[in-house]
Amino acid sequence: MFGRSLVRLPRVVPSNVGLRPSVWSSKIRSGNLSRCYSAAAAEAVKLDEGISIETHTDIQAAAKEQANVRSNDSEAIKSGNTALNHAYQENTGFGTRPIYLDMQATTPTDPRVLDTMLKYYTGLYGNPHSNTHAYGWETNKSVEEAREHVAKVINANAKEIIFTSGATESNNMVLKGVPRFYKKTKKHIITTRTEHKCVLEAARSMINEGFEVTFLGVDSNGLIDVNELENAIRPDTCLVSVMAVNNEIGVIQPIKQIGEICKKHKVYFHTDCAQAYGKIPIDVNDMNIDLMSISSHKIYGPKGIGALYVRRRPRIRLEPLLSGGGQERGLRSGTLAPPLVTGFGEAARLMLQEFDNDQNYISRLSNKLISGLLSLDHATLNGSPNHHYPGCINVSFAYVEGESLLMALRDIALSSGSACTSASLEPSYVLHALGKDDALAHSSIRFGIGRFTTEEEVDYVIKAIQERVKFLRELSPLWEMVQEGIDLDSIEWSGH
Amino acid sequence: MSSVPVPTRRQVLALYKQFIKNSNQFNNYNFRQYFLRKSRSTFKESADLKDTVQVTNMFNEAKKELGILKRQAVISQMYTFDKTVVEPTLKLNHTQ
Repeated sequence: MFGRSLVRLPRVVPSNVGLRPSVWSSKIRSGNLSRCYSAAAAEAVKLDEGISIETHTDIQAAAKEQANVRSNDSEAIKSGNTALNHAYQENTGFGTRPIYLDMQATTPTDPRVLDTMLKYYTGLYGNPHSNTHAYGWETNKSVEEAREHVAKVINANAKEIIFTSGATESNNMVLKGVPRFYKKTKKHIITTRTEHKCVLEAARSMINEGFEVTFLGVDSNGLIDVNELENAIRPDTCLVSVMAVNNEIGVIQPIKQIGEICKKHKVYFHTDCAQAYGKIPIDVNDMNIDLMSISSHKIYGPKGIGALYVRRRPRIRLEPLLSGGGQERGLRSGTLAPPLVTGFGEAARLMLQEFDNDQNYISRLSNKLISGLLSLDHATLNGSPNHHYPGCINVSFAYVEGESLLMALRDIALSSGSACTSASLEPSYVLHALGKDDALAHSSIRFGIGRFTTEEEVDYVIKAIQERVKFLRELSPLWEMVQEGIDLDSIEWSGH
Repeated sequence: MSSVPVPTRRQVLALYKQFIKNSNQFNNYNFRQYFLRKSRSTFKESADLKDTVQVTNMFNEAKKELGILKRQAVISQMYTFDKTVVEPTLKLNHTQ
């Protein structure tokens, strides 16, 4: 096992090798400016702690400034021929805004969704719960129509849809609400190790309330073992929660089989479908799903809204998180936001309408991207290739550190894992659960493809990744050793 | 609705032209490409449609969508952002 600091070497190398012109390398050396290539542009938004924030306008300003310096500096022109050139797009006659390829974090709002929402911000501002006047009636009608659209995607009844603030709230509602309601007789919850943070944290907080939680492991493909799940069910188990599509590796769990097992043992089955809703075929009746969390901003809808599907027959009871006016069947009090609800409804309607088109388009681009990326040596696809949502691709590039690759890829918006964990430099717990070692977990990158991704962008990304992985590997001492045929596992690294 | 006459070939083609024109007016690269692709494929798929009721329905539906497209293209021009790295900043540079 080699330490993390060794793997991260490539990031600091550019300043030593002198690849950047001397002006820049001295600036990089002089301070903790490893993240900013233009000190002047970054200073404008510098915070007290010396952390700088970059906005897209800063990137553009910085690129322009850098281009100016380069065009006046003969030394810069000479040394300008590096593989990292594309990382700092400049003066090439193209724009500067990065390609968006992080569709698992969030998706762009569809213009058709925005068009639906705008009238609820301009003229139709009534409270949908006011039933004494026309302003309330008109928004209430639209809200109920949106509910129909949301329900139709999963073959549910509109009355079974509860609007919440997002999938995180839905997950919390279920993980806390269901066990609390049945706490007198049931004391056990089952979930998996690859769930989203909000499910894991909610489950952990239930341990403090005296519940027992079983975290099921996954195999190297990221799939759970249904037999193991069945064996884990006890007479006092009240809830099983398994996500449908994983947010980091895109693996699809065998939801239908899990639903059957849960029905057989009379245990409630909750599934977190934030990444799956509208993207893979889901039928709550066919799959025996009792509760389902849905998010709007993953399906080109507005942010700040989601839904929870709660089965009515047989009725699932849960304790609400919020007390109040008793809206949404008393499960989620608080005034609904008609602009968000209608936007969500329109987004759901479009997911259903465009399902085949989107599916074919995304699969085609996904196959192209996968074959392009895997043509590199030592690049592996994480997660099962067969049970896989094509719009989420997680690839490990051995001997390159993910973070340094992302630094070299400023022109592409990617992430090395979920948005909530990418702030900390912790390796992904999902990849850990798959049995990947630290080094491989650190060198993995997630690519998300959506409705608005173009073929041109995919071509650009393939080319950029191939160039820069090669470049970073050439800087890496580990890669050199691998090329010489040294088995890295046989080396004993000294401690720091 | 039955009183509305069936759209002629010319009317449908004129509508298609409007779709392409308005899609092209999106400032946002991804939206522009998407609506161009979508307009082309939708009209192509329904080119062989013979049933008059279906044709009339689709025509009316498309007219509504054109309204959305027109409004959103204008909004896209009101709030503009930097061009993406795959977009040429100058149209003339495209061939270079």
